[in-house]
Amino acid sequence: MPASSISQVAGPGIALRGSDIDTDRIIPARFLRMITFDGLGDHAFEDDRKSNPEHPFNDGRFRDAAVLVANGNFGCGSSREHAPQALQRWGIQAIVGESFAEIFQGNCTVMGIPCVTASSADVAKLQDAVEADPSQPLDVDLAKKTVTCGNLVTQVDLPEGNRVSLLEGAWDATGMLLEGADAVREVANSLPYARGFERD
Amino acid sequence: MGKPLFNKVWDAHAVRRLPSGKTQLFVGLHLVHEVTSPQAFDMMRESGLEVAYPDRTFATVDHIVPTDVRTRPFADEMAEQMMVAIEKNADEFEIPLFDMNDDRQGIVHVIGPELGLSQPGMTIACGDSHTSTHGAFGAIAFGIGTSQVRDVLATQCLAMDPLKVRLIKVDGDLADGVYAKDVVLNVIRQLGVKGGVGYAYEFGGDTLARMSMEGRMSICNMSIEGGARAGYVNPDQTTFDYLEGRPHSPAGDAFERAVDWWTSIASDEDADYDDVYDLDAASIEPTVTWGITPGQAIGVSEKVPALTDLQDDDRDVACEAYDYMDFQPGHPIAGTRIDVAFIGSCTNSRISDLREAARVAKGRKVASHVKPLVVPGSKNVLEAAEAEGLHEIFIEAGFEWRSAGCSMCLAMNPDKLQGRQISASSSNRNFKGRQGSPTGRTLLMSPAMVAAAAIAGEITDVRQML
Repeated sequence: MPASSISQVAGPGIALRGSDIDTDRIIPARFLRMITFDGLGDHAFEDDRKSNPEHPFNDGRFRDAAVLVANGNFGCGSSREHAPQALQRWGIQAIVGESFAEIFQGNCTVMGIPCVTASSADVAKLQDAVEADPSQPLDVDLAKKTVTCGNLVTQVDLPEGNRVSLLEGAWDATGMLLEGADAVREVANSLPYARGFERD
Repeated sequence: MGKPLFNKVWDAHAVRRLPSGKTQLFVGLHLVHEVTSPQAFDMMRESGLEVAYPDRTFATVDHIVPTDVRTRPFADEMAEQMMVAIEKNADEFEIPLFDMNDDRQGIVHVIGPELGLSQPGMTIACGDSHTSTHGAFGAIAFGIGTSQVRDVLATQCLAMDPLKVRLIKVDGDLADGVYAKDVVLNVIRQLGVKGGVGYAYEFGGDTLARMSMEGRMSICNMSIEGGARAGYVNPDQTTFDYLEGRPHSPAGDAFERAVDWWTSIASDEDADYDDVYDLDAASIEPTVTWGITPGQAIGVSEKVPALTDLQDDDRDVACEAYDYMDFQPGHPIAGTRIDVAFIGSCTNSRISDLREAARVAKGRKVASHVKPLVVPGSKNVLEAAEAEGLHEIFIEAGFEWRSAGCSMCLAMNPDKLQGRQISASSSNRNFKGRQGSPTGRTLLMSPAMVAAAAIAGEITDVRQML
């Protein structure tokens, strides 16, 4: 399955403040009662948005945002890919955060959404800049490992395997994993349990 | 220096290094359920792919199944559609499905172990974050997303980066009324909800060595709540005794050879760990969460912490929690009035969990304002409980005795909190809105503590009721 190279994501930002924002909050479980991912974008942060009229996802100034700037442990909890699917369908193409839960970060990567980390201080500066001028674009550059917002250039990081996968268009891993079918068979045959613990 | 189990199992399953630098890792057991798989099967169909190792793939239904009226079609049309989808997918892709009519149906993380599917030394994947549960057997078990479910269906592999290993050494005796659940809540309280990011947690020490498989499962289950994608316990005689005679366990001579291999993949005595953390089991009391993350946990005799008691990092989320829970810092957690009591979930719905809850419920009555549910984790657990008469104890005390499923842990079925209700719950997540009401509140604790809360009508120390 061919994927395209993702070296850069540029677009307006949206700042979502708060640590430990879990995937139940990104997309509540009742919206997982479906057999596709269609329409999930409409329900991103639905309960948080209803309980807080000032939630940034309710604010029309950020409706065109492509880059989400979050804080620590973003996407913790459930492995539901519905969470990044909801964000992507809402318009998010890259996420900058202090840290990410691993399953969420992995799901984003296989969907072609870079998740990059920056220091708390730098994330705060980016969030301030986004809130001060919602139209100002953020430029996430995976080759240089930077996020640029006006005059502000922030060093960011991401696991090297994710970075290379995105840069080389190999983030959708199925094709590459299929290529190794013979080697997979060999490993399977080497595992005692896969051979029913038969006598050597 | 020797190796921890994680590295031995990883190396045995590593197929090759991918151009990205990630490892192509063979998956020994793939478990599938109805919520995270339909889109993966659709992707398979669109790409014309077949399931690579259908004999290493097993499906069940748990998240959306009603636990009271189980007749088809379901009242919830969407749930019915999901059920139809997994039936069609299992049939078309020739995967065994333990459906609602099958005696083996239940929560995916309860049935894998009880059927003997989950074994030491395996890599295990499932589109569910609580897959870490299976690590209790000395397996490396990962929760994955739907695109990765497709990858495993199509190739039996994942593209992954290895994890570091932190040994969490728990030593000492747990007091009566203190359980595995309390141990893991304390681990998360101490190390934080993101403390485990980048790590697999190896749970060891003499407390774990003496613990039952079901207790070990509760602990590994919640590794993910501490940020660790995988958690495991080294296989030992307790593991082998549990596995012997299970439907999918090796039998006869093969079982003996299996024990030899399982023993060989345990962590070496001189294994090198990236980090070690010590926890004193004797210091743990029955533990309750007071906030909106599983790390916001305190002993039942403690008070909701004040901001000054907390690290800088934890203060913002604490403020959010006081506000959402409507709890005051400095207020004792004991005495908090509850509306709902939920005994169930992949963390705590096994027979020993139900026995401990029944021990508290026996001869007592649930407080009149509390709605109490007992939801066994599988049909096998349900049958075993009924054979012992546990259901009669619960029903006599005023609990509702339900059928197997995930139920009110995440409320994708009709079991939900209403409005601002407070639930004492033996599940694993106290996130905002987790139990089905956007404003509902969850206090996590052991099944025995839930039973005690149901009877008292408020959070109470179960040790006074044993």
